[in-house]
Amino acid sequence: MLKPQNEMKLILKSHSVNEGFARVAVSAFAAQIDMTLEELSDIKTAVSEAVTNSIVHGYGRKIGNIYITCGIYDNNLIRIKIRDNGCGIEDIKKAMEPMYSSLGGDRAGLGFSVMECFTDKLKVYSKPGKGTSVILEKRVSIKC
Amino acid sequence: MPLTVKKQGEKLVASIRGDIDHHSALALRNAIDEAISRFRSKTLVLDFSEVTFMDSSGVGLVLGRYRNICAYGGELELRGLSLRHMKIMKLSGIEKIAKIKGGEENVKAAK
Repeated sequence: MLKPQNEMKLILKSHSVNEGFARVAVSAFAAQIDMTLEELSDIKTAVSEAVTNSIVHGYGRKIGNIYITCGIYDNNLIRIKIRDNGCGIEDIKKAMEPMYSSLGGDRAGLGFSVMECFTDKLKVYSKPGKGTSVILEKRVSIKC
Repeated sequence: MPLTVKKQGEKLVASIRGDIDHHSALALRNAIDEAISRFRSKTLVLDFSEVTFMDSSGVGLVLGRYRNICAYGGELELRGLSLRHMKIMKLSGIEKIAKIKGGEENVKAAK
């Protein structure tokens, strides 16, 4: 991956109240590219899902750090990495199945489906006991 | 609480305002469930016209309330869903089990 033209890093605690802050902070940084409101909402939604996964699944009842990196690359590519040092995912393929949730209850099991739906590329790296990294990529159009 | 609950005839209408994410969904869930058991209406209406942001936690909120109202032998109606909300809802197939009023064009348009 080439060097980003611009980049920001953010560390936040896995309190659920930070979900709103995380998606708004990332979208505020990404908004320096003059994209459509629809594309900005896509980014917000995908980030919200990834951060929620770290809070709900990665850390569960514990509180830990969530590391977010957002880079802007050539040709209006936005790349966002969301990493946690939580419990990790045993079976990534299964976790990414639509409507699958290891927790049940009111979790719809659609987090990864939504991330896939609103971005161009989604990569998930995880090691049980070590943590999970989610990389989201989106190429946006320049508004004329 | 960014929620208004009122009875409209036989229907219990819950209008949600602001952002629906995992953080806000918990309080919304408790308040709506409390209203379902208090009013015992046959129809629960969830109105999304004033929702400013929603991720998949909104789908979880709807599916959970659907299960709850079904336990009372009732039905669920969704109102005021934007095209964006509909796109997320459709990932779960909820449009096949709940009545959707208003914005029917969004139901068709959402892939």
